Amino acid sequence: MNETRQTLLEVRGLKKYFPIRKGLLRRVVGNVRAVDDVNFTIRRGETLSLVGESGCGKTTTSRCILRALTPTAGDVNFLTEKQRVVNIATVPKSQLRPLRRQMQMIFQDPYSSLNPRMTLLDIIGEPLLVNGVGTASDRRDRVEELLKLVGLPPEFMSRYPHAFSGGQRQRIGIARALALEPALIVADEPVSALDVSVQAQIINLMLELQEEMGLSYLFVAHDLSVVKHVSDRVAVMYVGKIVEIAGTEDIFQQPMHPYTEALLSAVPKPDPRLRSQRIILEGEVADPASPPSGCYFHPRCKHVIDRCRTESPVLEEVQPDRFVSCHRARELTLAGVQE
Amino acid sequence: MSQQNAPILSVENLHTYFRQDEGVVRAVEGASFDLYPGQTLGIVGESGCGKSVTARSILRIVEEPGKIEQGNIWLRTSGSNGSSQRVDLTTLDADSQAMRDIRGGEIALIFQEPMTSFSAFHTVGNQIIEAIRLHQKLSPKEAREKAIDLLRQVGIPKPERRIDEYAFQLSGGLRQRVMIAMALSSDPKILIADEPTTALDVTTQAQILDLLRQLQEEKGVSIILITHDMGVIAEMADAVVVMYLGQVVEEGPVDDIFHNPKHPYTRSLLKSIPSILAKPRTKLATITGSIPHPYNRPAGCSFHPRCPDFMPGRCDVAEPKLQKLNERQVVSCFLYDNLPE
Ligand SMILES: Nc1ncnc2c1ncn2[C@@H]1O[C@H](COP(=O)(O)OP(=O)(O)O)[C@@H](O)[C@H]1O
Ligand SMILES: Nc1ncnc2c1ncn2[C@@H]1O[C@H](COP(=O)(O)OP(=O)(O)O)[C@@H](O)[C@H]1O
Ligand code: SF4
Ligand code: SF4
Ligand SMILES: [Mg+2]
Ligand SMILES: [Mg+2]
Repeated sequence: MNETRQTLLEVRGLKKYFPIRKGLLRRVVGNVRAVDDVNFTIRRGETLSLVGESGCGKTTTSRCILRALTPTAGDVNFLTEKQRVVNIATVPKSQLRPLRRQMQMIFQDPYSSLNPRMTLLDIIGEPLLVNGVGTASDRRDRVEELLKLVGLPPEFMSRYPHAFSGGQRQRIGIARALALEPALIVADEPVSALDVSVQAQIINLMLELQEEMGLSYLFVAHDLSVVKHVSDRVAVMYVGKIVEIAGTEDIFQQPMHPYTEALLSAVPKPDPRLRSQRIILEGEVADPASPPSGCYFHPRCKHVIDRCRTESPVLEEVQPDRFVSCHRARELTLAGVQE
Repeated sequence: MSQQNAPILSVENLHTYFRQDEGVVRAVEGASFDLYPGQTLGIVGESGCGKSVTARSILRIVEEPGKIEQGNIWLRTSGSNGSSQRVDLTTLDADSQAMRDIRGGEIALIFQEPMTSFSAFHTVGNQIIEAIRLHQKLSPKEAREKAIDLLRQVGIPKPERRIDEYAFQLSGGLRQRVMIAMALSSDPKILIADEPTTALDVTTQAQILDLLRQLQEEKGVSIILITHDMGVIAEMADAVVVMYLGQVVEEGPVDDIFHNPKHPYTRSLLKSIPSILAKPRTKLATITGSIPHPYNRPAGCSFHPRCPDFMPGRCDVAEPKLQKLNERQVVSCFLYDNLPE
């Protein structure tokens, strides 16, 4: 990992609580702690993946970063193209638009995220139009360039999305996200809805674009095999909290949090000779509206000790560049996957 | 062949088509495979390749206007005196008593989204009890006890409480367990699981796969496991059928499929799947293009526009046939045509 890379995004103490209301007066009777004190950074040109089971808060975290949701607490510091640090969590709404140009989103479902009544020229050119970039003919040239960039023939410009396959639609979504030359792309499950043979094409495209344009990715995914192929670093979430962050190689080969270990062990390995004794995690993910005491993972953890039931662990740097939130991180030796 | 080694289910040259105004969808076109007692047969392929229609054909629940146009589906059943007989399911009326006894009797189905298969108005317990009493003469009280026992067998905590809950009150993992309990209520010999874990998280998937394995060991049930996930196949299957655009392109023992694949599609698919065993940040081999629309099936070998081994004048002209390559492997590809018998 390149230590000299500039930090592009810094998320500190990020919280997003959704109130639970009951009764005639809609009184708040509790909170869904969807994101509960999340901290991480993304450097320029790097991919940080956010992984964890459904409901752990990945989408909520990414929407807070883009200010599609207003965080309950915390900072989302972003280094702008003018080298200024802006806190996206608190910046007045009126100042958001120029920032949004610099951070774009790619969605999971390429079917529902494209307007069926618009041609590719309009879809991909819309961000340019909205931000008053160039003349109509400049926009046309730019859309042509973008289509080539994502591997689609420029002639497709006048067609409508329904004519395209899932993979092609995802390329269109990527072209649109790239229109304003953002520094950060937040991709929420960008290949989950695609066929296996098409996933590979989109993963490769994202890797190539990153090399060419120096993009940073926040890559949200539940599929750890995909994550292995795209990430520089990986953050594992459990019930609204990050339990471990480390470089990809480190976290897969030698996880330091018991939940990471269990998650890795559960992933089916595409080799029948490796049918292993998997760690079968008992029970279910905790409810973010009423999480357990102490370490949220303790009811399912096979390394639990008394302390875990009462005291919440905090995310600590237990080795250079390795952050773990577990009382026993320094003493446990856990199993990863070999390459 | 001894009874034990005879297939319990044989699908032979199955063709299931949907004839519509816009054209004919040849959803399944010439599928053949055998399922052996106590084994897990994996059917793998990308979306739309005909996996679900194959399963529905076996159970004779293909939706209108779908129709089995050709082929046989042989089910081996054991008579009361221990003798066995074969019945061709394609010759039975889909709504006949005989077919209804087989469906949810000899053969049970579990599928991807259990939510849609449960009623919102009845507790899961009442639905299991109803299923039990359909095939067995038990009093309501006995049926309830059996239902609780089934829920316990599939690992549902506090089954005597859960039995009175509704499906929407359960998590995805628990719903899938209830669905398996319901499928087991008739003591089936064959369990068809169509993408049973696709909607679940990996940790829950591991629990459900483990449960299926354990039930197979205890009850000796044969499983047809349908999935698009090569990892699930590697973990679970004894034998594998690979499908592409309605056709079986390769069949063989799981170890051959992964370590000695023959068909170019199987080979390309294996190279293109993201693997947790890969080096970080490595590009994947890709299969060019995408799956054609079912109305526009390419002429000749339907994989030819995407095939790295495409032979012009041959693969785009004639259709390869499924042929035995050796004792274990079956493949449909012209690359293997000139091989000695
Ligand atoms: N608008 C909302 N109102 C209430 N709860 C929500 C809302 N959005 C998400 N949640 C809850 O927050 C938690 C995290 O959800 P989400 O961020 O979508 O998780 P993930 O993307 O990891 O699957 C879940 O328990 C979810 O039910
Ligand atoms: N009810 C139906 N009417 C028309 N076509 C159908 C119907 N069900 C399935 N098909 C078509 O049959 C083909 C095979 O579908 P299916 O067996 O569901 O694929 P898989 O389960 O492998 O994803 C697809 O092209 C699909 O569109
Ligand atoms: S803090 Fe305790 S319960 Fe939590 S992960 Fe570590 S060992 Fe397990
Ligand atoms: S028959 Fe030809 S096109 Fe089809 S898989 Fe074999 S080599 Fe490829
Ligand atoms: Mg999400
Ligand atoms: Mg299907």
